[in-house]
Amino acid sequence: MKWLRTGAIVFLLLVAAASLSADFVAPAHYAYQFRSETDAPPSYRHPLGTDDLGRDRLSRVLFGTRVSLLLAPAAAWLSSLLALLVGGISGFLGGRLEKIVIAATDLFLSLPWLFLLLTVRAMLPLNVSPMVSVVITFALLGCLGWAGAARVICADARTMRQADFVLLARASGSSGLRLLWRHVLPNLRPIVLAQFWISIPVFILTEANLGMLGLGVTEPLPSWGSLLRELQSYPAISGQPWLFIPLLLFVIVVGSFHLVLRTEELPA
Amino acid sequence: MRRLRQHAVKLVLTLTVGGFLAATLVRLAPGFGVDEEQLDTRLNGQSIESLSHKTENDENLLFFYLHYGERVLHGDLGMSRTLQRPVAQLLSERLPETLKSVALGLALGWVSGISLAILSVIVRSYSLDALSSLICGVLLCIPAAVWALLFVLARAPERLVLALIVLPKIYSFSRNLLVRSAGQPHVLAAHAKGLTTIRVLTWHILPTAAPQLLALLGVSVSVAFAAAVPVEALCDLPGIGQLAWKAALGRDLYLLTTLSVLVTAITLLANSACELLGSTIRGSEA
Repeated sequence: MKWLRTGAIVFLLLVAAASLSADFVAPAHYAYQFRSETDAPPSYRHPLGTDDLGRDRLSRVLFGTRVSLLLAPAAAWLSSLLALLVGGISGFLGGRLEKIVIAATDLFLSLPWLFLLLTVRAMLPLNVSPMVSVVITFALLGCLGWAGAARVICADARTMRQADFVLLARASGSSGLRLLWRHVLPNLRPIVLAQFWISIPVFILTEANLGMLGLGVTEPLPSWGSLLRELQSYPAISGQPWLFIPLLLFVIVVGSFHLVLRTEELPA
Repeated sequence: MRRLRQHAVKLVLTLTVGGFLAATLVRLAPGFGVDEEQLDTRLNGQSIESLSHKTENDENLLFFYLHYGERVLHGDLGMSRTLQRPVAQLLSERLPETLKSVALGLALGWVSGISLAILSVIVRSYSLDALSSLICGVLLCIPAAVWALLFVLARAPERLVLALIVLPKIYSFSRNLLVRSAGQPHVLAAHAKGLTTIRVLTWHILPTAAPQLLALLGVSVSVAFAAAVPVEALCDLPGIGQLAWKAALGRDLYLLTTLSVLVTAITLLANSACELLGSTIRGSEA
C-alpha cells in the first residue's frame, strides 16, 4: 500500500504544481472568450476544447483546481484551529465548560451539513463578486466544519488531562496555561493534523455540491463546483465525452487525498 | 424509562436552543424587515410605509422572539416569501416525498453496505476486500450532485442516488467494526470449538458490534438528509431538499430555518432512538 500512497502524494504535488503555475501553463486566461470557437472539440490550441462561451476548458480546469486546492486546505486549517481551540481547551479544563461544548457540538453535528451550509449561506449576500464568493464559501466551510474535529480533540484532551506526564508537570508547578501550551497542545498535534487531512476532501466535495447548486463560487471564476456544473447541459455531454475529464480529475484528486489520509491518520 | 426521559429532555432542549439560534440568525441576517414589495415603483409613500409597519414589531429583539415562539406554538410556521404559501402546508406536502427517498436510500445503502462488509469478514479474500474498498473509495469521491446528474443522464431511478452516498460510509465503518469484533477472544474460541461461520457471525460477531452499528445508523440518517438536497434539487424531486435549495436561492429565511430545525428534529430523534436501542443491547449483554 505504500507505493499507492507515494503515487497519490506525487500526483497531488503534480496537480498542485500545475495549478499554481496556471498563469504560465494555461493556454489562455480563464475568463477569455474565443467567440469564434464556442463549444469547440479538443484541438492543439484547446486540449480540452472550449465551453459554450468560448472559454478554454483546460485553462478553467487549471485555475479552478488552484482555487479548490488552495482554499480547501485553508478552510481545513481554519476549522482545525477552531476545533483545537474549542475542543482542546474544553477537554483540558473539563467540568461545565466541557459539557457545554459537547452539547454545542452535538447540536452542530445533528444538523445535516448541507442544510446548515445552505441556511448560513442564504443569510449572507448572494449577489457578490467572484472573489467575495470564494472567500464566503470557503470561510463558511472553515467556520462550520469544526464540530466533528472538536469532539475528537476534546476526547483526546480529556484523556491527556489525566495522563502521567501532565500530572508530573502539574506536580512540578506548571500553571494551567503553561501546562496547556507546553504539554497538552503539542501532544494534540497528531490528531489535529489527522483532522486537517480528513477535512480537505470533505470541503472539496462540499464546495463542488454547493457550486453545482449555484451557491458556491460565482462566475467567471472557475472552481470544481462550477466546472462540474457543465455536466448539467445534458445534450452537450452525449457527443462530448471530454466533458467528463474535469470529473475524472476531481475523483482522482479527492481519491488521492483519501489515500494519503488513510495512512496519515494512523499515528493519531 | 429514565433514559427515555433524559433523551426527551435533551431533544427538547436542543431543539429550543436550535430554534432560538435559528430565529436569531433570521433576525440578524442582512435585509431583515425589508419586503421585496417595497421596491415596487407603482407603490406610493403611504403604501410603502404601511408595508414597513407590518414588520415594525419585529424590530425589537424580545418581541421578535415572543412572536416567533407564539406563532410556532400555534402551528403557524410563517409564510414562504418565495413561494407565497404557508410553510406548514409546504412541509406537509413535501416531507413525505423526502422521507420516502431517505428511507429507500438508507434501506438499500445499509443492505448492500453491510452485506459487503460481512462478505469481506467471512471470505477474508484480499482481492474481494481490495475490490470492495476500491468501489466504495470511488463512490466516496463523487459528490452527490454529480451522482444525481449522472442518474438523470442515464435515466436511472434518482432515488437510488441516496443509497450510493450512504453505501461507502456504511461499508467502511461496519467492515472495520466487524473485523475488530471478529478478532476478539470469545469469537476465536467459538471458531476453535467448531461453530459454523454463520453461527459465529450471528451469535458472536454481530451482537458485539450491534451498539456501534446502531450509532452508525443514526449518523447515516443525517448523511442521507444532507444528500437529499442536491439530489432533489437536480433531479427535480419535490421534497424538502429541493424546497431548501429554492429557499436558499430566494433567501427565504423563515422557510429555510424551519426546514433546518425540522430536519434537526428528525435526525435527533433517529440518533436518540438508535442510542437507546444500543444501550438496551449493551445492558442485556452485561
